[in-house]
Amino acid sequence: MALITYREALRQALTEEMERDPNVFLLGEEIGRYQGTFRVTEGLLQRFGGMRVVDTPISESGIAGMAIGAAMIGLRPVAEFMTFSFALIAMDQIVNHAAKILYMFGGQIRVPLVFRGPAGGGAQLSAQHSHSLESWYAHIPGLKVVTPATPADAKGMLKTAIRDDNPVIFMEHAKLYSTRGEVPEDEYTIPFGSADVKRQGEDVTIIAYSQPVLMALRAAEKLAETEGIECEVIDLRSLQPLDMDTILGSVRKTHRVVVVHEDHRNVGFGAEIAARIQEFAFDDLDAPVLRVAGADVPIPYARNLERAAFPSEEDIIRAVKRVLA
Amino acid sequence: MRAEAPVKKALPKSLTPQRLVELYRKMLLIRRFEEQCAPAYRQGKMGGYMHVYIGQEAVATGFIAHMRDDDYMICSYRDHGHALARGTDPRRVMAELFGRYTGVAKGKGGSMHLVDVQRGFLGGYGIVGGMVPLAVGVGYGIRYRGTDQVCLCFFGDGAMNIGPVHEALNMAAVYKVPVVFICENNRYAMATPIEFASAVPNLAERARQYGMPTKQIEGMDLLEVYQEAEEIIHHVRHTPEPFFVEVLTYRFEGHGIADNPTNQALYRTKEEVEYWRQRDPIVNTARFLIENGIASESELLEWDSIAKQQALDAVAFADASPEPPLEELYRDVYTDMEVQEWR
Repeated sequence: MALITYREALRQALTEEMERDPNVFLLGEEIGRYQGTFRVTEGLLQRFGGMRVVDTPISESGIAGMAIGAAMIGLRPVAEFMTFSFALIAMDQIVNHAAKILYMFGGQIRVPLVFRGPAGGGAQLSAQHSHSLESWYAHIPGLKVVTPATPADAKGMLKTAIRDDNPVIFMEHAKLYSTRGEVPEDEYTIPFGSADVKRQGEDVTIIAYSQPVLMALRAAEKLAETEGIECEVIDLRSLQPLDMDTILGSVRKTHRVVVVHEDHRNVGFGAEIAARIQEFAFDDLDAPVLRVAGADVPIPYARNLERAAFPSEEDIIRAVKRVLA
Repeated sequence: MRAEAPVKKALPKSLTPQRLVELYRKMLLIRRFEEQCAPAYRQGKMGGYMHVYIGQEAVATGFIAHMRDDDYMICSYRDHGHALARGTDPRRVMAELFGRYTGVAKGKGGSMHLVDVQRGFLGGYGIVGGMVPLAVGVGYGIRYRGTDQVCLCFFGDGAMNIGPVHEALNMAAVYKVPVVFICENNRYAMATPIEFASAVPNLAERARQYGMPTKQIEGMDLLEVYQEAEEIIHHVRHTPEPFFVEVLTYRFEGHGIADNPTNQALYRTKEEVEYWRQRDPIVNTARFLIENGIASESELLEWDSIAKQQALDAVAFADASPEPPLEELYRDVYTDMEVQEWR
């Protein structure tokens, strides 16, 4: 095992897959000469050349469309959005093209590509640069949605995403890039649709994904130390496919659930999880499923307001106590 | 508009009389095929919008004639003519329009989403201009592999007013991809005339700033389209760089099946339609064949009746074909993953 950052883990995955498969190429804004806005692609232009590490104009629809077209004839593009907030410009390409092509042409044209980049906020980027919106993508049949929280998951799942024959939305989180974690030295991949129980517990199930997983783990430690409450923390890792077996198994053990995500609460992914739990495990619940999520407001700039708009450890602790009350 | 150009008086060097007859019969098949669509639609055999290509046949026929087996093409939702010009089985095209399992996309795409992967036809797309960025990716893929294939990308004048098309044209020129952007200017985006919708109504002129060669050509004369297309595609294949060609053409029918003559009267006159019908590419080419002694009147009649028969045969085939089985509802959402049935 090596202790590396989330950013390095992503870079390793890109490098290894590009070495393995000549059809893999990268495109996006500032990924080559500038080495990547978040330095994920650092050194890759020098290593693989301009044909495989393609700097693009600021043209998100063009980037997405170019990736789709190349994928349709058998290449495996990995397109970077500088942030998923900018992917909104490319929504028609993602939703009405990438996600539809396999189905509307009767299964004859595959679109093996990855759209990746940072999602979420927390750096005072305010209203237009702080979106998560993973529930939008998870809503669309034909897209897979992946949200790894640790370097090991990021690496293993990016490799899986690149090898997948379907369009994959691979959402990173800007606040995760510099986090460190153990990553296996040997070749490995992590399949989609397999949630990871990152902490075992008997009292309450906390379900999270992406950056809030780290927050949930810290909250769980505090609750164990100060209150003697043992939380089970499930990291979903992918939202589509979604590992309901792990969720339901945990619900049957703890009978109490808190879902945590940074995206807005209203019609957020937590609503889908809560709905499925009540549908499939209603009798196992001892309390309503609670959601700790982003406020239903545009994200404000001021540090105190922004902090209040996103879920915190304290919010999670409060919710866990409430679900036990 | 320079549609008054006279019919060409000589065959282009590369076009043998025999090949011209083939192309003429292709146009004839497209016309007779589509003439069966409205009646079938009225009988409830088809649904959706159903946009016919009647009047524009010379454009797809003249360009696609120069495609090699390994070239690609991609187009908008007005795609029946392109599929048939490329040689897709009319029976399977009609079956798709009927929503039958024997259709080119198993009945799951319909009129707007024809496809023929074996012939490099990467599909018809329903979002105006949406496939133009895809063509850049196809072109990039060709460059990536270092082959001398080309990609033809057909879209309408309406697409020139949607943002992603301009992102795509710029990127095509930045990466020098071997794509021919074929803007079929039939003068109306639905009911909105191009002079109203585009501050620069000359679309070739408008595209000139993207750093690729552009040209405006006549689209009602098969010989002219054929000759221009040959030069353009040859250039793109061997340079390589993209090319933007605006083709002046006209649709004789409405935008879609719902755009009936009463609605059409809101945006164009009968006289205007009549003016363009006088320039019917099929009639023009027939006249050329006769005047140059390439075909006789009786041959023309025979080919016409064969085309009509092929169209009727396609209708009969489609009508006799089964609907897709209900399992198809959940198939092809992902290549490798089941979707849970909602019931």
